[in-house]
Amino acid sequence: MHELSIAGSILDTVEAESARRPGMRVVKVGVRVGELSGVNAEALQFGFEALVKGTHLDPLALEIEQVPLGHRCSVCAHLFSAQDEVSRCPLCASPEILLVGGDDLHLAYLEVEDR
Amino acid sequence: MNRLPLEQKVLSENDRLASELRARFHAHGTLCVNLISAPGSGKTYLLERTLERLNPVMRAAVLTGDIETQNDANRLRRYGFPVRQITTGGTCHLDARMIERALHLTNPVSPAAAPARFSVAPAEGAPWSEQWELLLIENVGNLVCPSSYDLGEDAKIVLMSVTEGEDKPLKYPSIFYKSALLLLTKTDLLPHLQFDLSLARENARRANPAIEILEVSALTGTGMEAWMKWLQDRQQAVRGNMQGRVAQATAHGS
Repeated sequence: MHELSIAGSILDTVEAESARRPGMRVVKVGVRVGELSGVNAEALQFGFEALVKGTHLDPLALEIEQVPLGHRCSVCAHLFSAQDEVSRCPLCASPEILLVGGDDLHLAYLEVEDR
Repeated sequence: MNRLPLEQKVLSENDRLASELRARFHAHGTLCVNLISAPGSGKTYLLERTLERLNPVMRAAVLTGDIETQNDANRLRRYGFPVRQITTGGTCHLDARMIERALHLTNPVSPAAAPARFSVAPAEGAPWSEQWELLLIENVGNLVCPSSYDLGEDAKIVLMSVTEGEDKPLKYPSIFYKSALLLLTKTDLLPHLQFDLSLARENARRANPAIEILEVSALTGTGMEAWMKWLQDRQQAVRGNMQGRVAQATAHGS
């Protein structure tokens, strides 16, 4: 359950960005969370709301985009996504499959309005 | 309403600190490894048997993380190498700031004096310098959260004991994905279990085809030699790179 400290890191950035833009109010922050990032989106949302409540940033929304895991065949370089466990490349049937992309943990954007 | 693109890592501050630590380790020829596993996979015991086998003149140190207690540090201090306990005070992982703080402290800091919730106990019995050849970090027992935090290490090492399920790499792919080495521990128990080693290896490779895998029993010593050699080879590579950089800098300077 490290989502609370992740939420804290997001808020640190929002604070810093708000300080740089005194005429604006941040109303929403967008975050991208990969399936392999080790971060649970629900727990992050919960922790974020708990931290924001009652602070000068309140109300501030968090929008989480969950990025699914990608697979890449190391033989034919075919990129594909799969809901279920896969053991072979759907194109060339090679068992050499790499997991790719799912460890994203990014602040994507801020939505601001004039004060 | 206006949307401003930001595109930065959520943990950019942690990553910045970790990069600084990594640069410092490389400059000093320090091999830093970050041991991660579920609670009870045998991290502390493996470290005890590792310290026992290290050359006593080696400049090695241990940072061990736990939510509460100094128990692990007390166990690890018996081998003559300096050990510092990081007590996270509730946090389920170590982060780069804790490592930085632990490496810089020469005196104990009372929890009241430190703004953070975590605290670092001083090394006892052996002097604490910065010129380590080997820095072993034992993370908090947790297979999920530590995977998100870069500590400036050269390699994350994941431990999985044979009393756990073979499908652990599929259930917790993140840490296997990010680790350079998997240590399958407690192999002396295999005769009493129905653990399928080849299935465990296959599952780990599914999460990370490049992962190296070693089997060890810290209790009987089987496989410990290969593990010690792995550390030694990595240490020599780090030192070789440092000497290469020094030679290059000297050549450029003349």
